[in-house]
Amino acid sequence: MDHGAGWLHASLIYLGAAVLAVPLSRLLGLGSIIGYLAAGIVIGPWGLKLVTDPQAMLHFAEFGVVLMLFLVGLELEPRRLWALRRPIFGWGSLQLFGSALLIAGVGVVAGAGWPLALVAGLGLAMSSTAIGLGVLAERNLMATSSGQSVLSVALLQDIAAIPILAIVPLLVAGGAHADGNGWLGAAKAFGVIAAIILGGRLLLRPALRWIARSKTPEIFTAAALLLVVATAALMQSVGLSMALGAFLAGVLLAESEYRRELETDLEPFKGLLLGLFFIAVGMSIDFAAVLARPGLVAAVVAGFLAVKAAVLFAMARTMPLPLQERPVFTILLAQGGEFGFVVFQTAQGAGVIGAQASSLLVAAVALSMLATPLLLVLTDRFVAPRLAARGAARLDEISEEQQAPIVICGFGRYGQIVGRLLNANGLSATVLDHSAEQVETVRRFGWPAFYGDATRLDLLRTAGAGQARVVVVAIDDVEQSLAVVDLVREHFAQATIVARARNATHWYGLVQRGVEHIERETLDAALLSGRTVLELMGWEPHAARNQALRFRRHTIELMREMAPHRGDERKLIALSKQGRQQLEELWARERQEQRERQARAGWHTPTRPEGQAAQRDED
Amino acid sequence: MAEIVIIVAHPQLQHSRVNARLMQAAARAAPARVDVRDLYALYPDFFIDAQAEQAAIAPARLVVWQHPVHWYGMPPLMKLWLDEVFAFGWAYGPGGQALRGKDLWPALTTGGPEASYRPDGYNRYFFDAFLPPYEQTAALVGMRMLPPLLLHGAHRVAPADVEAHAEVYAERLASYPDWPELADLPGCPDCVVPADARPTESP
Repeated sequence: MDHGAGWLHASLIYLGAAVLAVPLSRLLGLGSIIGYLAAGIVIGPWGLKLVTDPQAMLHFAEFGVVLMLFLVGLELEPRRLWALRRPIFGWGSLQLFGSALLIAGVGVVAGAGWPLALVAGLGLAMSSTAIGLGVLAERNLMATSSGQSVLSVALLQDIAAIPILAIVPLLVAGGAHADGNGWLGAAKAFGVIAAIILGGRLLLRPALRWIARSKTPEIFTAAALLLVVATAALMQSVGLSMALGAFLAGVLLAESEYRRELETDLEPFKGLLLGLFFIAVGMSIDFAAVLARPGLVAAVVAGFLAVKAAVLFAMARTMPLPLQERPVFTILLAQGGEFGFVVFQTAQGAGVIGAQASSLLVAAVALSMLATPLLLVLTDRFVAPRLAARGAARLDEISEEQQAPIVICGFGRYGQIVGRLLNANGLSATVLDHSAEQVETVRRFGWPAFYGDATRLDLLRTAGAGQARVVVVAIDDVEQSLAVVDLVREHFAQATIVARARNATHWYGLVQRGVEHIERETLDAALLSGRTVLELMGWEPHAARNQALRFRRHTIELMREMAPHRGDERKLIALSKQGRQQLEELWARERQEQRERQARAGWHTPTRPEGQAAQRDED
Repeated sequence: MAEIVIIVAHPQLQHSRVNARLMQAAARAAPARVDVRDLYALYPDFFIDAQAEQAAIAPARLVVWQHPVHWYGMPPLMKLWLDEVFAFGWAYGPGGQALRGKDLWPALTTGGPEASYRPDGYNRYFFDAFLPPYEQTAALVGMRMLPPLLLHGAHRVAPADVEAHAEVYAERLASYPDWPELADLPGCPDCVVPADARPTESP
């Protein structure tokens, strides 16, 4: 077939399929990824047979994943990546190797040979970065704790894929011998990573500046693409993951002034290539293998999803992730992934597993990827409402520079009260909330709330934190609240922080960071209830008020006193006991004095001298 | 440990012309000797820390009460301060000696002009008629009340006069206790409380 005509023909099929299937799928409420996968199945070898070589397309479209990781890297400054090192290597390794071992164990028990079981375990333990991060981006969950956890695990899988691919061929019985190039290969790999980091730090920004000065937009776009392609090629030449290299390059540019431009330039390429990638996955589902042993395939899919989900759910509970984020976290990482394809192909090529086993495993992975968006839809319908999950509504992030002297981060139950009080006093405040649903609700009531994650420096800056006098941190998530406080203290030192503390631990965290204006969210409400009980038990309303206020002062003083001893539990318990004792003694003494005064004759008769004060405590 | 403690009570200091200016002048007059306590800023919830207040005035030689006259007396938080801080057993009554020998100096402003404080004016009394509660409060706790510093018609007084008044205030604070008139001032009158005047401890 003529080369040009072939290209035209292929474009016609792919674009046509995507343009038809994706809007249809979205209309049905299934999301775009299912649309792409369905389009792939329809045009693939098992559908209309319009395309017969899905593997070639898969390789080409993998570049979409590379671009995506570059864009993810752009969102992640080196400092934040460094902060993620523990989730990456800790939770990431736990997920990958925990799942792999469990799946391999189940495989061996089910009667598979151990090389097959191990290959299946390693391959199935991988998760689809493309779908995972794609869904996170589509739902604006990237900055949530579950989003960061998914990213961490995906990054570790990217890193671990390299040694795994090196080890898999060695699993052939008796064929285990190192090829002597290991050290050289490792040295090369390190050299390339070092080159990317150094080059990224020293050369990229001047180069981009020089290109930008030419004022030719398409050349800047070309340069952006070239940058990603070159990094990917460099990594591939030494056998490293292309996506990992692109991610590194992205991180290195995360603090540059060209970040936004790079993002907007590459976004459409990423979207289209990812779409192609999903189409290719749909095409590569080998229905012959599935139909030959439908029961076995179903068992493999259900089995590995269940094992991985169990591991992930245990992880989500221990981390712990917020309840409503756990289903998404579990589903996104439980599915198989594109690295699985590569692992199985490599194993088959090396003769570790048979062709039939390989196509069966590939089909299982592809089916799990197909099932993932469906599972998510089901979760949204039936589980999420119960968990009061964030709505899937999409809103644009805050983008216009704001000027209000007050920024309120988090506009839930707490932030709203703060905001209403300020508003009633004619003060304008810029409101940032991470929940799209929340933003839509308060907007309906006429509040100019913005959608955005306050733990992101750029959004805080856009919200006007740079010139705000006060930043109210009313976020309910403790870690995010502390992250915002850190950002504000580091970058917007002119602003005074007024913070909501969820609990005592959070309170101490805020004190440690030097926040002066902290309110424990339950303290005052609980004191008012206590005051009411005192009144109901016969205390005079004003006396009850005084006791509540005195208790409040005492409690806060005690907490301040205990703050430096955090971590020393014995000391804390001792101080807390001592504090409670002091208050009890003080009040017992006062009650005693009061009784004595009451016992004095004539104190309350009209003949008392001079009308002096000091009768407040009597009666 | 200031030698002079100034208790300021003004419910709306942001709208104040004279008292805010007086507060500034006082703080600048002799920073080392003067402790200015703005009650409405310290205790916006009307929850006075009596111990802290007692600790602040115990070492002082001169206590100044600086406030606008509202309804012919002190603003409510100042009165609450008085109730809580001048406590039985501390300021008066058995063992109540903490304030004995100190000076009390009211620095008061009125909205009405001087002419209104006359039998034929709308306030019907000379301003002196409203001072006995202050004098007797001082006497009962053993303080010597110094002649009050007054500024009438605080709403309308010319800016130059406010400045001049603040000057006088600052100068007096700075020169205390070397005031010429103090030599002729009688000491604190004795208030001997008969043993049966107050309720006694029951056996």
